[in-house]
Amino acid sequence: MSDSALHAIGWALARDIRVALRSKGELGVQLLFYVIVVSLFPLATSPSRELLATLGPGVLWTTALLASLLSLSRLFASDFHDGTLEQIALSPRPLAALVSGKMAAHWLTTGLPVVVMAPLLGAQYALDVPVLATLTLSLLLGTPILSLLGAVGAALTLGARGGGSLLALLVLPLYAPVLIFGAGAVDAVRSGLSAAPHLSLLGAGLLLALVAVPFAVAAAVRIALD
Amino acid sequence: MSEFFAMGGYAWYVWMAYGAAALAIVVEIVTVRARRKRAFDELRMSLEPPRPRSMPHARGAR
Amino acid sequence: MLINWFRFASPVSFYPIAGRWSFAFGALAAVLAGAGLVVGLWIAPTDATQGDAYRIIFIHVPTAWMAMFIYLVMAAWSALALGFNTRLSAMMAQALAPTGALMAGLALWTGAFWGRPTWGTYWAWDARMTSTLILLFLYLGVIALRSAIEEPRRADRACAVLALVGAVNVPIIYFSVQWWNTLHQGSSISLTAAPKMAMTMLAGILIMTAAAWCYTIAIVLSRVQAIIVERERGAGWLESLIEWRAGSEH
Repeated sequence: MSDSALHAIGWALARDIRVALRSKGELGVQLLFYVIVVSLFPLATSPSRELLATLGPGVLWTTALLASLLSLSRLFASDFHDGTLEQIALSPRPLAALVSGKMAAHWLTTGLPVVVMAPLLGAQYALDVPVLATLTLSLLLGTPILSLLGAVGAALTLGARGGGSLLALLVLPLYAPVLIFGAGAVDAVRSGLSAAPHLSLLGAGLLLALVAVPFAVAAAVRIALD
Repeated sequence: MSEFFAMGGYAWYVWMAYGAAALAIVVEIVTVRARRKRAFDELRMSLEPPRPRSMPHARGAR
Repeated sequence: MLINWFRFASPVSFYPIAGRWSFAFGALAAVLAGAGLVVGLWIAPTDATQGDAYRIIFIHVPTAWMAMFIYLVMAAWSALALGFNTRLSAMMAQALAPTGALMAGLALWTGAFWGRPTWGTYWAWDARMTSTLILLFLYLGVIALRSAIEEPRRADRACAVLALVGAVNVPIIYFSVQWWNTLHQGSSISLTAAPKMAMTMLAGILIMTAAAWCYTIAIVLSRVQAIIVERERGAGWLESLIEWRAGSEH
């Protein structure tokens, strides 16, 4: 990777983090969404520890998907509407690197808090410490993939009608493998197996997405700006 | 003949499957033909010079 | 073998060709489907274990295959549309999506009605059914994105990117669902217990698959014609098309 690409990633990352920190309330609300939705499931089913331990990994993972989705529509939209995105695309820096910085910022502000909160919420679901550790690790590997794949959808729906629900329709089916391997890792540990295969597949998926997605997102942004 | 339609007791399943497939294909053919016709109608209208609308001799004004 | 392929790449010269091919493949599809139904419903013997319920296989398998193939073909046309910026490739991709969704929907529906008598349930989270369901969602996503973007050329390219991203994902989804399914093999459903293939059964499946191919080609070409007329309005050449149509059809 060339120097200018790294600079571009750093620049976009720092800028988006600055913008995100300006509205701390919004970040808090997203995290609260995660906490509240996770806390609703026991109310809807039963407080039985066995049932909660069975449901837990799936609930925590599905809710992580929704939390990631919730913030995606704003990933490019505000920059698109005020013309910043066009300026960014016209700059001599590589667009794929710039959108990578934006995606990294999205993960740091929405994915990472979910990862940090997961052990606490997992404890509500009667999960043991080794299970909690796997849950956190799987989320740590998986949530960046959610930010990456989601960014493709966010860029493709720029300027399209239907906003959030359209984005959900495009992105959620693509999330299915992440959900399967992520929740599967936790389930494997719960039933006394090794989570290594799941986690290595998640890691492989992350590497693949890291390499391929920035170019797809850059192409999608260019299409939206045409 | 009725033996054939009974499908060895599985009539409901077999005919629901075949019936749905037949219905879906018919519906698709009809909608595609209607779409093509509509496209042509709109094209024809866009090509014809706009006709004055409220003429007394216009068709259907009897 | 010097065929000028670019002749086919322009909607002007493709329109009449599409009409002729659509008719030919449609007729072929009708003949094949008739033959396939006779083989499948009358000639093929009743299965020893599944009785006559297995006869659903003659539409289930072709539609499931088509659902998969059409996505790949759509992705290929999308790649051409992005790479060469050809209008017609994008129109082909656009025309394929609804038929793909229909095939996926039919595969699920017929699968449900086959599952009930053989496994005792309309829906099982079997690997193939689950991945076909996700495939249906992918088709619906492409169709929804198309209708959400006003400008056709932008919609072409956005849908092409989405179709390609989906195509990369389809094998991953298929593999992950397979993996998930083998780990959760708690239920006693054995999906590999397919009926033993008699020669006539295999013939029936192959004939019906050929019919599904021909039908897909015919209906998609017909839809492409509608799309061409919708989108090339104001391009001038369509005026002569009206006369041509009046002379050649009905």
